[in-house]
Amino acid sequence: MIVRCEQVSKRYGEKLAVDGLDLEVEKGQCFGLLGPNGAGKTTALKMIYGVTEPSAGRILVFDQDITTHTREIRARLGVTLQENALIEVLSPVENMRVFGRYHLIPAAAIEERIEGLLDFLDIRSHADVPVKALSGGFQRRLAIALSLMNGPELLILDEPTTGLDPAVRLALWNRVRELRRAGTTVLLTTHYMEEAERLCDALLVMDQGKLVARGAPRELIRDVLAPETLEVELPAGRHAAVLGQLSGVRALRSGAHLMLYAKDATALLEAVRRAEPEAQLVAIRPTNLEDVFLALTGTKLEGGA
Amino acid sequence: MTVSPRHALSVWQRNFAMYRRSWALNILPNFFEPLLYLVSMGVGVGAYISEMGGSSYLAFLAPGLVAVAAMNGASFEVTYNAFVRLNFEKTYESMLTTPIQPEDVLAGEVLWAVTRASIYGGAFLVVVTGWGLVTPLHALLALPLVPLAGLLFAALGIAFSLRIPTIELFSFYFTLFLTPLFLFSDVFFPLKERLSGVWLYVAEALPLLHPVRLMRAAFGADIPLLTLLFDLTYLLALSTLLLWVASRVIRARLRG
Repeated sequence: MIVRCEQVSKRYGEKLAVDGLDLEVEKGQCFGLLGPNGAGKTTALKMIYGVTEPSAGRILVFDQDITTHTREIRARLGVTLQENALIEVLSPVENMRVFGRYHLIPAAAIEERIEGLLDFLDIRSHADVPVKALSGGFQRRLAIALSLMNGPELLILDEPTTGLDPAVRLALWNRVRELRRAGTTVLLTTHYMEEAERLCDALLVMDQGKLVARGAPRELIRDVLAPETLEVELPAGRHAAVLGQLSGVRALRSGAHLMLYAKDATALLEAVRRAEPEAQLVAIRPTNLEDVFLALTGTKLEGGA
Repeated sequence: MTVSPRHALSVWQRNFAMYRRSWALNILPNFFEPLLYLVSMGVGVGAYISEMGGSSYLAFLAPGLVAVAAMNGASFEVTYNAFVRLNFEKTYESMLTTPIQPEDVLAGEVLWAVTRASIYGGAFLVVVTGWGLVTPLHALLALPLVPLAGLLFAALGIAFSLRIPTIELFSFYFTLFLTPLFLFSDVFFPLKERLSGVWLYVAEALPLLHPVRLMRAAFGADIPLLTLLFDLTYLLALSTLLLWVASRVIRARLRG
């Protein structure tokens, strides 16, 4: 086991940021931590790499207690923070040198590592340009390169692709897959359900510090909702009546828009039309992780049935 | 948790790498400040003063301004720069994703502030030696006092910076703390000749007074040994106390 959290809580005054979290990350896994803003994801990560001390519970990383073996554990992991912390007047290569020294890596080994990472994250073309002149995509890649300087066994990524364009995001996903193939364990948080669905083989959804669901992406979709989604629009004031006739169907409503989850969405559409002939079909599509996420945490949307 | 010297050094190296790039912008202007005072006060005002503290006014000013150069060098580093690294640039947050611990960050930053103090104070010492205001032998004696003065103001500054919530509060630190110290710590006139009664003892609380007096003694002034021992003790004790406080605060700040 690479990470094991046992009944971990973190209290800030009156607020429980993390409440009795149990979490296990196996070797070689890509583990995703999901949840709305303020759910406690970053706090959970900070406790795992030993910057924040849990108020209760125990955390083992590489089978060692993080509170007593902080330095040893951190030497074997890498963290990409939500916000890039780069030295803007220095170039990517100089930033990597500085960061390599934090890990006490010998100078020759640092240069070797830099060579590899310049290619791996495609930074070589701008290796000697001051960071402040680089685009957001380059800066993010450099931030990830820094967290790989020590060749970590566990890579922690806090919202790695927030604010990046689709091309950079795709490229980063491929890098994460390559790292995993080489044996790196990955623990990430994200707001992009597509990212979680594509990269992660285990997920944990948190809300207000508590675990609300866990499992593989496919399992979550199957267990929480249903494989197919029917999206329809109903005339004003007809939602309650229609949902009343479709007993046992999970639904999410947003304005006139209604999303219904079923094994067979086509059959469900017929039932909807029997109840309300003026129902407009918007789409029939496979249920995705975003639906699951909204169903589990989307408190602003009205739940149906 | 104890300080790991090698990790603290890597924090120092980070600052060194950064300032090697921008020293002309960051270090050069501050260096001229005490020099301007020396010329304006020593040569200008000094023309109307036949002697002060037993020497020419220019020679009287020199040792105090060396201590001031060290004070300034350390202060800039551990105030605005450290505050920005802590609160805006998230530098310390990123250091703490590596084996570096809060105590190493503190040690590295203080070491760097002492380095900057030594660059300023040392350069100024070279200037006044070249000017003939101190003999090379006395200048050598004064040299180790430069980092010591830097350490005191590094400790004062970092203890302040770690506790304040907004960057605007530094104007209080500079205008209401460092500037009065600069003006009333024996640099421009023999402070205690102007004081009497209980004020003679109150004056001993001023932090800058002690490095200035030590510096004056190194330059050849006749100061009782017991006073110098007190100055040295004050300097080391206050630095140690403040660094101990700072190590507790930085741990709380960085490990929330």
